Amino acid sequence: MSLSTQPADPRTERDDVTQPQLGPLGLLRFAWRQLTSMRTALFLLLLVAVAALPGSIFPQRSIDAVRTADWIARHETAGPILDTLGFFEVYASPWFAAIYLLLFVSLVGCVLPRSRIHWRAMRSLPPRAPKRLERLSAHESVTLDGAPDEVLREVRSALRSGRFRTHSHDATTVSAEKGYLKETGNLLFHLALIGVIVGMAWGHLLGWKGDVILPVGQTFANTVARYDTISPGPLVDPADFTPFTMKLTRFDAEFEDDVQGKGQFGSPRDFTAYVDFTKTPGAEPEKKVIRVNGPLETGGGTAFLLGNGYAPKITVRNAAGTVLYSEATPFLAQDNNYTSVGAVKVAGAGPAGKQLGFAGLFLPTAVLDEQGPRSVFPDALEPALALSAFEGTLFPQGRPQSVYSLDTDDMTQLKNADGSDLLRIWLTQGQTFTLPGGQGSITFDGLERFAGISIRSDPGKELTLVSALAALLGLILSLTIRRRRVFVRVAPAAEQGRTVVSIGGLAKDDDEGMGEQLEDVLTRLKERRT
Amino acid sequence: MTNETLASYANLSLYSAMAVLTLSMLGYAGYLAGLLPARDARAESADAPDRELVSAGGGSAGDGGPSRADAVTARGGSDAQVPLRARKAAGVAHTLALLGTVLLFASAALRGASVQRWPLGNMFEFGVAAALFTMVVFVAYGLRRDLRWLGLFVVAPVLILLGLANTVWYTEAAELMPSLKSVWLVIHVTVATISVGLFAVGFVIALLYLAQDRFGTERGVLRALPDGKTLERLTYGLHIIAFPLWTFTLIAGAIWARQAWGSYWNWDPKEVWTFIIWVVYAAYLHARVTRGWRRQSATWVAVAGFVCIIVNYAVVNMYFVGQHSYSGL
Ligand code: HEM
Repeated sequence: MSLSTQPADPRTERDDVTQPQLGPLGLLRFAWRQLTSMRTALFLLLLVAVAALPGSIFPQRSIDAVRTADWIARHETAGPILDTLGFFEVYASPWFAAIYLLLFVSLVGCVLPRSRIHWRAMRSLPPRAPKRLERLSAHESVTLDGAPDEVLREVRSALRSGRFRTHSHDATTVSAEKGYLKETGNLLFHLALIGVIVGMAWGHLLGWKGDVILPVGQTFANTVARYDTISPGPLVDPADFTPFTMKLTRFDAEFEDDVQGKGQFGSPRDFTAYVDFTKTPGAEPEKKVIRVNGPLETGGGTAFLLGNGYAPKITVRNAAGTVLYSEATPFLAQDNNYTSVGAVKVAGAGPAGKQLGFAGLFLPTAVLDEQGPRSVFPDALEPALALSAFEGTLFPQGRPQSVYSLDTDDMTQLKNADGSDLLRIWLTQGQTFTLPGGQGSITFDGLERFAGISIRSDPGKELTLVSALAALLGLILSLTIRRRRVFVRVAPAAEQGRTVVSIGGLAKDDDEGMGEQLEDVLTRLKERRT
Repeated sequence: MTNETLASYANLSLYSAMAVLTLSMLGYAGYLAGLLPARDARAESADAPDRELVSAGGGSAGDGGPSRADAVTARGGSDAQVPLRARKAAGVAHTLALLGTVLLFASAALRGASVQRWPLGNMFEFGVAAALFTMVVFVAYGLRRDLRWLGLFVVAPVLILLGLANTVWYTEAAELMPSLKSVWLVIHVTVATISVGLFAVGFVIALLYLAQDRFGTERGVLRALPDGKTLERLTYGLHIIAFPLWTFTLIAGAIWARQAWGSYWNWDPKEVWTFIIWVVYAAYLHARVTRGWRRQSATWVAVAGFVCIIVNYAVVNMYFVGQHSYSGL
């Protein structure tokens, strides 16, 4: 007799038996049995773990598209092959999906029949006591005062007080069982995992996220065109976006300037974005703050503060002094001291081939020494721009490109006035640099900070969370509760008026506590006798 | 706001803990060494059944049955057969292990006080906390059953971990980056570290079990261990406590990720590894009840799980690019 919370599954046992000739239907049934067997589930679990690995090793397009493109470019042979195989989008790749879908089909196919079996088991009676209780792994026998039927009655009540379910199949035995909640917990756990997946799928289909870089003073309106990047789920209609607006009025950044805390000098301490938030057009703007770890609910979405940096205001003029470009231009921080890269693309400087581009660094606290230009502190104490200038075609063949870098394939770098060396522009705040050869000038007018704000919506997250917590509860029940069967038989003792009580326990092999369980029952019984 | 004095006391406490634990380790080694000749002697005179000696005082149905301590020493024999010197060594080792654990706790608490935050914000602090919780698990479990045979195998790796934390991962006491300022840091990382402590002890026992299975029960120090069945059960017992805690870690991490990064799951390398670890341990629990899988093979899956934990701490934190920018290095 086996007592497993896993109902004896005749299907898996048949695995080794040579299969007779199967028709198409039989083949299908055979495949289904294989898929829903415990061994397959185990194999698929291990496979999921292995398949998830490459996504942590290779850069992923959905997380960092630039780094991914860079990696592919640097690995000429491996890059494109791995790309075709989906190694840069592991979690959206067909093979990853195939594994987890199979796992979940297997899960459903396994859990539903088990639920049915468990439902029946919960309502059925504990089985008849075996003939010889002393053959059970844990067993004991005591002699007590009293007649057998009287003792048996009290055995039953002792078992019930120990939360056993009892039944007497005949006049001299009691069969008892407890711990049905173990299997219930196990099933809850597995079913809840399905809930987690459904919640994730729901969020994927109906959720969206968009990122925007918002310099201080600028206003963001929640329309698709206004996002720098946006990825809506397949079932999302961006026309339905709630039309709020948000103006960044101030951005505070605090950095460690206490030189005492060695190794931490310059570490970020606090970031706060102050916004004027207008829920619907025409409504009164409300003053709100967005912090790291403190997002803002926008209604239909949530705005998170995920990044920040500097947007120096740069103006480019032609030789005649006409302004060709004048914008707060965000530069993206590359290190903890905000050594930032960016580009200025002056498409209006002339026709293709005669356009101007600037690329280089913004340094909030600049130093220039033999290590090259860099920033030594993240706050803007001595801001400077270090740029190179290019002439040529900014957008060759209209290829898409990052706003923060220059595609210099069709451009030539400008040289010094005497042609001796490549031109290097160094600008501190307020300075203007006159380009050689009558190409005009570039000015570093002022400095703003920008906030990197991400607005996201995930309608599936509540279902996922509730399911995950239910899974945890089920897991705890399943792992802590013991399924136990106890059998008791009474017989008249040799001495008059005494009864021999034999008790035996049947448990899973790992149940070290069975002996104590029997003790507990006997103690309860003795309490009743005195 | 860093209080340098408190921070230096924290370090002092840490060094003392390491010194004390080193002595404890030697004591446990002495215990095992002292045990071996005793076992040999017993093997020669194989007539005295252990059980009689153990339960000499009782035997009636009322007081005991096979007790816990009994189950562990079933193979090793009762305390009476352990030479006095070995018993003394183990006693001293145990006291020192307790003292070392208290000192580790003091070190973590002082560091927390010095930076006025929860002391789990960088690699160094993870290392110390993981060592602390591993010791807590060992000492606490040791109250319930005789784990003297395990001391050497727990304290030695804990010392290695502390050594690494102190040299390779050392970070000055400091405040946290903004993204780490959250109650979820306290919840998520603390529970993660507690479950790592449990997994660690489970892992050590799993290795001993596999070693015994591979090399037999009569070779060298393997003779001094409980039998395979007991080792396997202990391994399982620790894992089923650790696994729900790890599940909770995963959920709490997702909640925090949504607060800090806007989305509860981003497939960031650190998240991927937390997930991989979870799946591997789930596979262990499955493998253990899958027909056709031997307990030994299942235990290998648990070992793989802990290897993933080591990779997660030592490799992913340092070398993989992700949003979990908290190694502090
Ligand atoms: C997403 C996939 C799955 C995961 C993460 C998973 C996880 C787990 C975990 C952690 C346990 C141990 C805790 C407990 O006893 O409740 C467990 C037990 C169990 N699982 Fe799964 N499981 C998965 C799929 C499946 C499938 C497909 C089957 C059916 C073939 C299955 C059958 C079982 C059974 C029968 C047990 C009980 C073992 C026992 O008696 O202790 N699981 N599962």
